[in-house]
Amino acid sequence: MTRRDLTSHLGLIAGLFALHFILPAYHHGVFARVMVLAVYAIGYNIAFGYTGLLSLGHAMFFGAGMYGVGIASYHFAIPALPAWIIGLGCGALLALVVGLLALRTEGVSFMIVTLMFAQAAYLVILYFSEYTRGDDGLVIPGDMRAIGSWDLSDEGTRYLLAWALFSIALMLSLWLVRHPFGRVLVALRENEERARLLGYDTGGRKLAALVISGTISAAAGGAYATMFGYVGASFAGVQYSIFALLWVLLGGAGTVLGPFVGVLFMTYLNDVASGVTEAYMLIAGVVLVLLTLFAPQGIVGEIRRRFWKDLP
Amino acid sequence: MKHETDVILSTEGLGKSFDGLRANNDIDFTLRKNQVHALIGPNGAGKTTFVSMLIGRLEPTDGAIWFDGRNVTQMPAHKRVAAGMGYTFQITSVFARLSCHENVALAARRKLGGDAAKVEQVVADALTRVGLADRTADVAGDLSYGHQRLLEIAMGLASAPRLLILDEPTQGLAESEITAFKALIRELSAETTILLIEHNMSVVMELADEITVLNFGEVLARGTAAEIHANPAVQAAYLGTEAS
Amino acid sequence: MEFGPYLMLAMLEGAVLAAVLALMASGLSLVFGVMRVVNVAHGEFYMLGAVMAWVVTQFMMGLGGGPAVNFIAAAVLAPLIVGSIAAAADVVILKRLNYDPERVIVATIGLLYIIQQAALMGYGPDAKPVVAPFNERIALPWVAWGENGLEMYYPWGLSTTSYKLFVIVAAVVILAGLRLFMTRSRAGLIMRATQLDGEMATAFGIPVERVYAIVFGAGAALAALAGVLIVPIQQAHYLMGGDALLLSFIVVIIGGLGSLAGTVVAAVLIGMSDGIISVFFTPTLAKIIATLAVALVLVFRPQGLFGVKNR
Repeated sequence: MTRRDLTSHLGLIAGLFALHFILPAYHHGVFARVMVLAVYAIGYNIAFGYTGLLSLGHAMFFGAGMYGVGIASYHFAIPALPAWIIGLGCGALLALVVGLLALRTEGVSFMIVTLMFAQAAYLVILYFSEYTRGDDGLVIPGDMRAIGSWDLSDEGTRYLLAWALFSIALMLSLWLVRHPFGRVLVALRENEERARLLGYDTGGRKLAALVISGTISAAAGGAYATMFGYVGASFAGVQYSIFALLWVLLGGAGTVLGPFVGVLFMTYLNDVASGVTEAYMLIAGVVLVLLTLFAPQGIVGEIRRRFWKDLP
Repeated sequence: MKHETDVILSTEGLGKSFDGLRANNDIDFTLRKNQVHALIGPNGAGKTTFVSMLIGRLEPTDGAIWFDGRNVTQMPAHKRVAAGMGYTFQITSVFARLSCHENVALAARRKLGGDAAKVEQVVADALTRVGLADRTADVAGDLSYGHQRLLEIAMGLASAPRLLILDEPTQGLAESEITAFKALIRELSAETTILLIEHNMSVVMELADEITVLNFGEVLARGTAAEIHANPAVQAAYLGTEAS
Repeated sequence: MEFGPYLMLAMLEGAVLAAVLALMASGLSLVFGVMRVVNVAHGEFYMLGAVMAWVVTQFMMGLGGGPAVNFIAAAVLAPLIVGSIAAAADVVILKRLNYDPERVIVATIGLLYIIQQAALMGYGPDAKPVVAPFNERIALPWVAWGENGLEMYYPWGLSTTSYKLFVIVAAVVILAGLRLFMTRSRAGLIMRATQLDGEMATAFGIPVERVYAIVFGAGAALAALAGVLIVPIQQAHYLMGGDALLLSFIVVIIGGLGSLAGTVVAAVLIGMSDGIISVFFTPTLAKIIATLAVALVLVFRPQGLFGVKNR
C-alpha cells in the first residue's frame, strides 16, 4: 500500500467523519444509509470488479445477513452484536454453497445460475412466512437495536456506526487489492487460463473471492437490519442484485472508491427523480444502458484512466 | 516403473482420442535434466495435444506421465506448475491490461509469496534477461507481438521452473529477435531443463541436445540433431510439408 | 365424476400455457441461437405485446370495429410495433456493444426497466382486459361404458372455449411456419449461416448487422405475439413480464440453449406439468423447485436436458 493510497482513502474516511458534524438532518440520514449500502457494493465489487465474477444474485447474500440478524433478534431475542455475527455466518455459508455450485459455470451461465439461486432464496423467504412474515417483513424490536449503551435507533450513533463499518470495509478492500492475493484475483479476471498455468489454484481463489464478497455483503445486510430496524423480502429481490451491479458499474468496477461513489450518485439521482415520477426505476434502467454504452469504466474508472493511473 | 535419476519427465504409453479420433498414440518419451529437448513434427502431428497433456490442460485417454519421480497423470495443471513445470503459450497469452511488471510479478509471487523485495529482484532480473527492462511500466497489451512473446518467456523465467515448456516460442518473431532468443535459451539451458516445441528448424538444430519427432500422433524418431537430420523416415515425413 | 375428464381439462389448460410459452421461448431461443446473446428484456416485449393489443383494440373500438376485426388488427400491429422497437434497440444499443454477451445482459437489464417503467407511466398500474374475437363455450365430451356399450356424453361443467383451442392451433401453425422458414427459405438459411460463423458470413456478403437487427426484432415479435394471444385470457399488466421471462428461461435452458426443437418439447413439458405441479405444491414452492432445477441443469448439464453436447 503506498502513501498516496492511504492518504486518499483515509481522506475520504476523515471527510465522512467531519460530515457527521456538518450535514443537515436529512442528508445526515441519507449518508448513513449510503455508507451501509456502499459496504454491500464493496462486497459486490470484490466478486465482480476485481475477480470478474458477474453475479446477478448478490441480493441473496445481503438478504442472508439481513434475515440472519432479523430472525435472531426477532424470534430469539439475540442482541445486536451476536446477531450480526450470525448474519455474517449465514452470508458466508450461503456464498460457500452457491460458489461450489455456480463456479462450475462461467460467463453467461454463471450470471443466470446466480440469478436463479437468488430468486430461489427470495422465494424461500416468502415461503417460510411463518418466520419471515413474508412480504410484510420483520420489524426489529427496539431493545434489540442496541450495542451496550449505544442506541442504534439514535441518528447520531447510527451515522457513526455506519461510518465505522464503511471505513473498515473500505480499508479492508484497499488492503486486499494491494495484497498478492488480490493481485491474483485481478489476474483471474483478466485471463483465468494464464493464471492457472502460472500455478494458481483458480477454482479455489474464485471460491474464496466469492465467500469474502458474500460475507461483506451479508455484513452490510445485517447492519442495515439493526440500524434501520426493518427486514423485508424486497431487499433480497432481483432489484437489489441489480442495484449492486448498477452502483459498482456507475462508480467504477475494480476501483476501491467506486462502490461508494456509485451508491452516493444513484441515491441522489433517485432523490431528484422521485420528485418527478414514481417510476424511478426508469432512471436505473437508463443509467445502466448509458453506462454499458458510453462509460463501462464508471466514474472512478474514468478518473483512473485519465488522471491517476495507479489508483487502486 | 524404475527411474533413472537424471530423468525429469517421462511418459509411458500416453494416448489421446477425441471422439474416436486418435490424436496421440502410445507415446513413450523421456526428458533428461538440464537438456534442451526439441519436439518437432509436421502440422497436425499431435505436438500440441501431447504438450497439453504434459501440462495438464488435457486429460490423457490412456498412459501415464511422470514428473520428477512422481506420477502426475491425474494432477491438475496448477499443481503441476507448483511442482516445477513452467509453460508458455503457443498463442501469446499475457495479461493484456496489466503492466509488464505485474505480468512477471504474478509469475514470481506464486513461489515467493509476500516477499516483496525478492519479487522485485526476480521481476527485474527476468525482464532484463529477455531485454524488456525498459518496458517495465508499459501495459502488456500495447507491446508488439514479438515483445509479448518475450514477456511470456520472462514470466516463465520468473516462476523459476525446473522444466520450462516453450510452445512455439519463435513463431512470429523477426530474424533478429530469433537470434537473441537463441542466445537466451543457451544461457538458460545451464540452469533448467527446456522442452522446446518448434517449427523453425534452424533454431532446433542449433539448440537441441536431443530431438523427438512426432508424426501422425506417434513417435517417429528420436536422437541428436545430426541423427535426426540424417534419418530418412523423418525426411520423408517432412517432404512436401515443410521446406526449411 | 371420475378422474379422467379432469385430467383432460388440466391437459387442455396446460396445452394453452405450453402454446404461449413455446412461442415466447422460441423467440428467446432464436435470438440466442443466431446472435449468441441472452435478452433479459424478453419478458417485457411479451408484456408490451399484451399492452399494445389493448391499445390497438381500444383505438379500433373508437373506429367502431367488432371484436374479431379489432383482434386481428392487434395480432398484426402489436408484434410489428414491438419488433420494430426491439430492432431499433439492437441497432442503437446492442450493435455498439459488439454483442459482447455479458455487456448485452447488463444493457438488456437496463432495457427491461426502461420498458417496464415506461409502460407504468403510459399505460398505468391496472390490469386491463381485451375481448376475445370469439369465445364460445365448448362442452367437452367423455366416453364411458353405458347400457349400450361405449357411450359418449358431456359431463357437467367440463368445458373449454373456442378461443383457447384457437390459441393452441395458432401456436402450432406459427411454430411450424417458423421451422419451415428457418430450414427451407433463403432468409432462414442466411440466419443459420450467420449463426454458424458471423465473420465467415460477412465474408460471403451476408449483411450480418441487418440480419441481427431482424432476428432480434423477430424474437421480440414472437414474444409480443404470445402476449397478444394470452391477453384475452389473462389481462394485460405492466409487471406481467417477470414471471413470463422466468418461465421462458426455464424452458429454453431445459430444452437446450438455441435449439428450437428442444425449446418446443420443453415448453410442452413445462406447460403440461405446471397444472399438475400446482395440484401438489403451493405456487411459491413450485417456483422454488423450478428455479433451483434450472440452476442445477445449467451447472450439471449445460447443454440442456434434451440437447446434445456440441463441440
